[in-house]
Amino acid sequence: MSDASISETSSFIRRLADTGAHQKLLAFASLILLLVGFSIASPNFMQTSNMLAILQATSVNGVLAVAATLVIITGGIDLSVGTLMTFTAVMTGVVLTNLGAPLPFGILTAVLMGALCGACSGTLVAKMKIPPFIATLGMMLILKGLSLVISGTRPIYFNDTPGYDLISRGSIIGHFFPSLPIPNGVLILFIVAITASYVLSRTVLGRYCFALGSNEESMRLSGVNTDRWKIAIYALAGGIVGIGGLLISSRLNSAQPALGLGYELEAIAAVVIGGTSLSGGRGTVLGTVIGALIMAVLTNGLRVLSVAQEWQTVVTGLIIIAAVYADMLRRNRTA
Amino acid sequence: MSNLVTMLGIEKRFPGVHALKAACLELQTGEVHALMGENGAGKSTLMKILSGVYSKDAGLVKLMGSDIEFKNPRAAQEAGICIIHQELSLMNDLTVAQNIFIGREPRLSFGRLDEAALNNGAIEIFKLMNLAIDPRAIVGSLTIAKQQMVEIAKALSYRSNVLVMDEPTAALNDTEIADLFIIIEKLKKEGVGIIYISHKMDELKQIADRVTVMRDGETIGTVDAQTTSTDDIISMMVGRELINEAVNIPDLSDAPIVLEVQKLCRGREIRDVSFNLKKGEILGFAGLMGAGRTEVARAIFGADKLDSGTIKVHGETVSIKSPTDAVEVGIGYLSEDRKHFGIATGMDVRANIAMASLKRFTSKLGVLDETAMQDVASEYIEKLDIRTPSDRQELRFLSGGNQQKVVIGKWLLRNSEVLIFDEPTRGIDVGAKAEIYKLLNQLAELGRSIIVISSELPEVIRLSHRIAVMCEGRVTGILPGGISSQKEIMSLATRRSD
Repeated sequence: MSDASISETSSFIRRLADTGAHQKLLAFASLILLLVGFSIASPNFMQTSNMLAILQATSVNGVLAVAATLVIITGGIDLSVGTLMTFTAVMTGVVLTNLGAPLPFGILTAVLMGALCGACSGTLVAKMKIPPFIATLGMMLILKGLSLVISGTRPIYFNDTPGYDLISRGSIIGHFFPSLPIPNGVLILFIVAITASYVLSRTVLGRYCFALGSNEESMRLSGVNTDRWKIAIYALAGGIVGIGGLLISSRLNSAQPALGLGYELEAIAAVVIGGTSLSGGRGTVLGTVIGALIMAVLTNGLRVLSVAQEWQTVVTGLIIIAAVYADMLRRNRTA
Repeated sequence: MSNLVTMLGIEKRFPGVHALKAACLELQTGEVHALMGENGAGKSTLMKILSGVYSKDAGLVKLMGSDIEFKNPRAAQEAGICIIHQELSLMNDLTVAQNIFIGREPRLSFGRLDEAALNNGAIEIFKLMNLAIDPRAIVGSLTIAKQQMVEIAKALSYRSNVLVMDEPTAALNDTEIADLFIIIEKLKKEGVGIIYISHKMDELKQIADRVTVMRDGETIGTVDAQTTSTDDIISMMVGRELINEAVNIPDLSDAPIVLEVQKLCRGREIRDVSFNLKKGEILGFAGLMGAGRTEVARAIFGADKLDSGTIKVHGETVSIKSPTDAVEVGIGYLSEDRKHFGIATGMDVRANIAMASLKRFTSKLGVLDETAMQDVASEYIEKLDIRTPSDRQELRFLSGGNQQKVVIGKWLLRNSEVLIFDEPTRGIDVGAKAEIYKLLNQLAELGRSIIVISSELPEVIRLSHRIAVMCEGRVTGILPGGISSQKEIMSLATRRSD
């Protein structure tokens, strides 16, 4: 065997380690372990209806977490995903219910409003150099307030828009394969995740996502307009959050203006459990989806076992710490 | 030969600083032009103006006879001017090829990337350079030397005809430096003009055609690198003659042994290392990068775990499990990476000096006695001649040499008997270096025992009373100071065990 082919193989192994495959594997193994554990503990857990419930519960947090993943890979953080989700839902409600526009306009509104607000956060971060934590904290509060103001603090119902609830709760797959009634919300999550994954690994936007998180100054010195790309990434994340807004308002068949706070932390938790580095430069959408699934399985499983909700929160906290600690251990060993 | 680049009367002001005063530089095709000067002389600023990072306030920049003014680095790169920064500016999480072509990725439709073209492009460049680097390797997993090569490949990919290298050999070992020089020679033959910034005099003699010296933002002069003596260049840099003191080695035959290290082992980094250190002695540690010198220092200081071996202080075996234990028995460690491990840049001189001895300034209720701290800080500022407006000045505003003195003050206050200096003069200019040498000698005269790890051989030879040479984790020899030659040390430093 020639030297070149040896170094080829070893660099392949190193690449595997570097891309965070370890962490993804660990997260995936934990997910399987949880599924097996809960199945043994309770016969009610591994029911089709319960599995579907878990998937349905993952959809909103999963979509938000995918959005958060993009921003976190750039080395930033987005605290506004929760209230932005609500804001896009409220705006959709205004367009559909108050203005009586047809459904496609509502969908467009959610995605465009999301992208617009994302671009705002991005501009604050890129052009005005406000740290992402603060910029998106500000956006979080602004959007929460605006949602309440615009809706007059009352929920906006979608009763006048027939079929709105089907966006999340209907099942196209179930229509063709009656034995597999996977809700549309879950289908949408997977479409969003696959698209985002493709964008990250195969497009210029994705490449610059990692480059920003890895060494922004170097990228700038290489002649890349870093500000513009950063704004684009925040806008893309915002657009994805808009899809999350559609999902949650469709599931509740209403836009609940008081909702939203806390979702951003759940999303960040899923990202972290999925092995994306909070310091930027590394991460995968697949990991994030697994992370979101772990959180949903955990919540659901503990509920099936009749563990009090208070304890579920405690366990989620422990899982986050354990996940990051496992990642640190691995990194120290390879370093 | 024709002028490739001409910079004339370049002016640049930053708030409160007149960084460049009518600075000039001339680069010919196929020339390696060394740019020298102490830190803060304006070399980097001048280069940043050339490469479009900064804009100039006044002056003229000509590239092949025509006036140019770059608005951003991209424009300079496209005109064929490329800079390889001192701190490697690569993206560690990306692959080699991705780094080389950042900002110029071959694209398919809809913003999709053409990964195959990207990797092939990188292979083409490496072929030109006679290198075998996997374009798909993650940059962070490469050695510093390889990363440096990637930087050069990136610069070449712009078809640059002007290449600026800012201290390219700072992190390379001798073999790697030789490889780099071969590439530089090759580029030269192809007519590329290279501006080479370095503090290492011996490198200039090897590689440079001409030298331009800068001081305080002005161009002092341009001289022939081969015919001008090193001393002349240094005096141009510092504006004064440096006194080249001969090492004055004290008689330490009766001095007690303060630190004795026996058979230290730690994996492949430290193999069976033994030595002793006498009171008032300066023991130099020489060797190539990765020889294990820093590892030995860190192990003695308790920062890394040892597999086996004993450490004796004043003849008594001590157990050092953490830096706290080491400080307790009187060992202080001054890291090679001051910014990361040695100082708190955002805190003031007073706090930094008191840092390792806070217990002394703390009342029973845990309140700090600021007055006492101020007194002590003032004492050390005077003793060590730390140039700072007051003891409340934040360390990040101090020069590298003064920061180093603050760290020394910190360990002196802690009453450390053994001080380990890891690359004490890295990133410090020539003038301040001489001061640090003087200070180390004074400390030794006062009875402190000192270990100096340095990659600059002239420094080790000039400072040390004895020199321990390491290679691949072993001590391959201990030589007397003062009379040992660079050649002797290098032959021990490259003595491979297998």
